[in-house]
Amino acid sequence: MADGSHGHTLYFHTHSAVHRAAPHHKVAALVGFVLVVVATPREWVAAFAAYLAVLVVVIAVAHVPFGYIARRMVVELPFVVFAVLMPFVAVGPRIEVAGLSLSQAGLWAAWGLLVKGTISVIASLTLAATTEPHQLPGALARLRVPAQLVQIVTFMVRYLDVVSSEMRRMRIARESRGFQARSLSSWWVQARAVGALFVRAYDRGERVHLAMLARGYEGEGRR
Amino acid sequence: MSTTTQPGPALQVEGLAYAYPDGRQVLYGVDLTVARGERVALLGPNGAGKTTLALHLNGILTAGAGTVTVAGMPVGKKHLRDIRRRVGIVFQDPDDQLFMATVRDDVAFGPANYGVRGEELERCVVEALELVGMLDAIDQAPHHLSLGQRRRVALATVLAMRPEVLVLDEPSTFLDPAARRELVETLDGLDVTLLMVTHDLPYALQLCERAVILSDGVIAADGPTVDVLTDSALMARHRLELPFGFDPRAAMAARR
Repeated sequence: MADGSHGHTLYFHTHSAVHRAAPHHKVAALVGFVLVVVATPREWVAAFAAYLAVLVVVIAVAHVPFGYIARRMVVELPFVVFAVLMPFVAVGPRIEVAGLSLSQAGLWAAWGLLVKGTISVIASLTLAATTEPHQLPGALARLRVPAQLVQIVTFMVRYLDVVSSEMRRMRIARESRGFQARSLSSWWVQARAVGALFVRAYDRGERVHLAMLARGYEGEGRR
Repeated sequence: MSTTTQPGPALQVEGLAYAYPDGRQVLYGVDLTVARGERVALLGPNGAGKTTLALHLNGILTAGAGTVTVAGMPVGKKHLRDIRRRVGIVFQDPDDQLFMATVRDDVAFGPANYGVRGEELERCVVEALELVGMLDAIDQAPHHLSLGQRRRVALATVLAMRPEVLVLDEPSTFLDPAARRELVETLDGLDVTLLMVTHDLPYALQLCERAVILSDGVIAADGPTVDVLTDSALMARHRLELPFGFDPRAAMAARR
């Protein structure tokens, strides 16, 4: 932790107008943009091309390499698999494509899911690449998100690193004792590790609460 | 947040007994009086109830029997807010204490709970961070700091409340020698009553003129730190051992 190798793998550190923009403007822009994308009828192909062009311009202005965004798009993979399956399983009039019988309705559905999902994921990754995680709670508070929700996000941002490095240390300790996650039976070990991690996270939550009480916290959200 | 001086000792614990809700009793009648400005090391083996005792001092735990008095005020619902400002506890794991996204927000958390706002709050934060030599980190995220730095920031979060009594739970754990020395220098410069819970006997000797041993839930010994540490029969009885090669008398002589 001291060596500056931060856990926030989504943030791309550089200086640009997009990085400098107020976080609450960026969050509001993202939510608005995604809502517009999702609400666009999937037959309006030109509109999606325009959305993508907007994103490309924003990413270029932000000096974030396209490859950086592309590599992080693997989170979308489960949706892609689902979308690819659709033309095969959907019903209705079918067309022949390269010897395969595909459902027309399924093809449109797959297109709609893929294009809306991809554009939204790129937009979200762009926000994540240009906004440091600790700026988000403040942005949400300025957007009048309820204080309790903001507090939960604050805690998540703060302790994600702690819990994930705890998880890493536990894994290293397991592996140091010769454990290798290979066979099916190792799932029991993994499940217990997750259980132990949950208990530790819960205990930590209680200790954090005590430390807050010790500094005069009385349950109400400040700001 | 004026530090009005009140009569009586800084801390007074009388006949304090406590059992956890699951029935496990930890404290069996603790008596301890700490005068203003005194520095006391609270020693004892693992599981002796040191942390449990510390959590009574600002009313996080409520005495099963006996009383705890801070600056003449009994610790209880009525004075809880005031007592938590006067008695600052620095917890063992700074990750439990530092929960905000930036060092500034974290140090501001305590005073803000007591209604300090705006420029005064900022001044509070800057002063506290200056005391621990961490002003440069004010805009950083706590998890980007080293452990020694996080411990000093955790100390700052409590100092920002301008406590009269500072309770430190194992402050030297996992610190490298340089970070230990820096923490000693920081603590040495503070004008507060200090109660330090620790296993680290050389650290206790270095910082505290008086030491008490908590063993099996009672105070088993109380005296000048150098006398307690050199009483080998007493030490052995309570599972306390000096590090290899450490001679408290030689260490004291070397300091003078």
